[in-house]
Amino acid sequence: MNTATLPDAEELLAALAGRMRAEAGPDTALIGIHTGGVWLAERLHGLLGLVQPLGSIDVSFYRDDFGSRGLSPRVKPSDIPFDVEGADVILVDDVLYTGRTIRAALNELFDYGRPRRVRLAALVDRGGRELPIAAAFLGAEVSVPADRQIELKRSAEGRLSLALNAMPVPG
Amino acid sequence: MAYNPQLNANGELQHLLTIEGLPRDIVLGILDTARSFLTVGEREIKKVPLLRGKSVFNLFFESSTRTRTTFEIAAKRLSADVINLNVGTSSQSKGETLLDTVANLSAMHADMFVVRHSQSGAAHLIARHVAPYIHVINAGDGRHAHPTQGLLDVFTIRHYKKDFSGLRVAIVGDVLHSRVARSQIHALTTLGVPEVRVIGPRTLLPANVSELGVHVFHDMAQGLKDVDVVIMLRLQNERMNGALLPSAQEFFKNYGLTPEKLALARDDAIVMHPGPMNRGVEIESSVADGGQSVILPQVTFGIAVRMAVMSILAGNT
Repeated sequence: MNTATLPDAEELLAALAGRMRAEAGPDTALIGIHTGGVWLAERLHGLLGLVQPLGSIDVSFYRDDFGSRGLSPRVKPSDIPFDVEGADVILVDDVLYTGRTIRAALNELFDYGRPRRVRLAALVDRGGRELPIAAAFLGAEVSVPADRQIELKRSAEGRLSLALNAMPVPG
Repeated sequence: MAYNPQLNANGELQHLLTIEGLPRDIVLGILDTARSFLTVGEREIKKVPLLRGKSVFNLFFESSTRTRTTFEIAAKRLSADVINLNVGTSSQSKGETLLDTVANLSAMHADMFVVRHSQSGAAHLIARHVAPYIHVINAGDGRHAHPTQGLLDVFTIRHYKKDFSGLRVAIVGDVLHSRVARSQIHALTTLGVPEVRVIGPRTLLPANVSELGVHVFHDMAQGLKDVDVVIMLRLQNERMNGALLPSAQEFFKNYGLTPEKLALARDDAIVMHPGPMNRGVEIESSVADGGQSVILPQVTFGIAVRMAVMSILAGNT
């Protein structure tokens, strides 16, 4: 696989944190989207010194392709350990693509309460949006072939990296 | 692998009829998914959109309040439309056959049937005759199986004990007439629980029960020694005064769970009961309401487990 064209995830994370720093206040809460978004949210939470507890969301119960793909066998419990009502939320995801994951995450989030504001932070944006969704904070835009999938990986030491894989066969 | 009417051509769960013969991965997948549904039940809005637009028919040929209600809540929390049919009081009494009833409901665009019937094999029969897009869940058939109860019981055990590999589990009481016990035994052995015990009088244990891989005890004190989990079964009223048992008082004396008998189990043992309980017959109130009882959490977990089963089935076409 050609990974030479992908930027370094650790550098992108540092840049992303820099862009968020002035905009994340003491009442800002991060929610990572499983799985890569949770890793990023954990790191950003520390880098930005946020005080609100960290949340995580698994959007499997809200996906719009359940009818064709069924339920993911790897669904994880969502965990939002703060009151969403009136909260200032930043959703964190690794790769922004069609926008359908973010749509699902927003729907789930609103079943916990009515946040005051929701913004989106993503490590990379590969274009290809199918819904009117944009990131407020972005590491970088990348261009990859349509038949490739960008995957965020985490090493045993916790170091993040991006890899380019064949798109999984729908089924 | 042997033909399993519950699985589709891809080896995925199409119907849930019995735990017997289910691959371990499928059982674990249901338990993992149920864990995620547990948090949905703790939210302000306890609903997810997975089964939006689907119609779930609760087809109860035998009365049940708790099981029907928890299936109904599970389906509603998945956003399905739920239709409850107490068939015993309508079509069947007019002479319509089981399959005709099901064919008529299928023509009303049912997507899923939850079936309880006093005859063993009723859910299997329905599953064999429905259109391929319809899913069937056995909610109890005769003395045969009650798979979602077995699954919620192992979910409960996993919740409190974390791991199945070192456990001793005792099932106490009327195993002979209990579809719940049969499903529990299959679930526990499938998940690798090393020691499953059944405890009861000879008249209430099946003659060949040890063939299911369980250890048989007729003495409560011996059977409860050092167990991690005590599962009490309901003693059905009609058994109490028949030929099988001298009296409810006699049964309680020998097999009722009291604090003294429970003290023989491990200190951290949990007490379970599928409900409805007969206080003072199979279990003393102080135990049912005591610190080791997880009987009410079982009910809560039952909803999450049924949500998991329904959503997994609906996603497998």
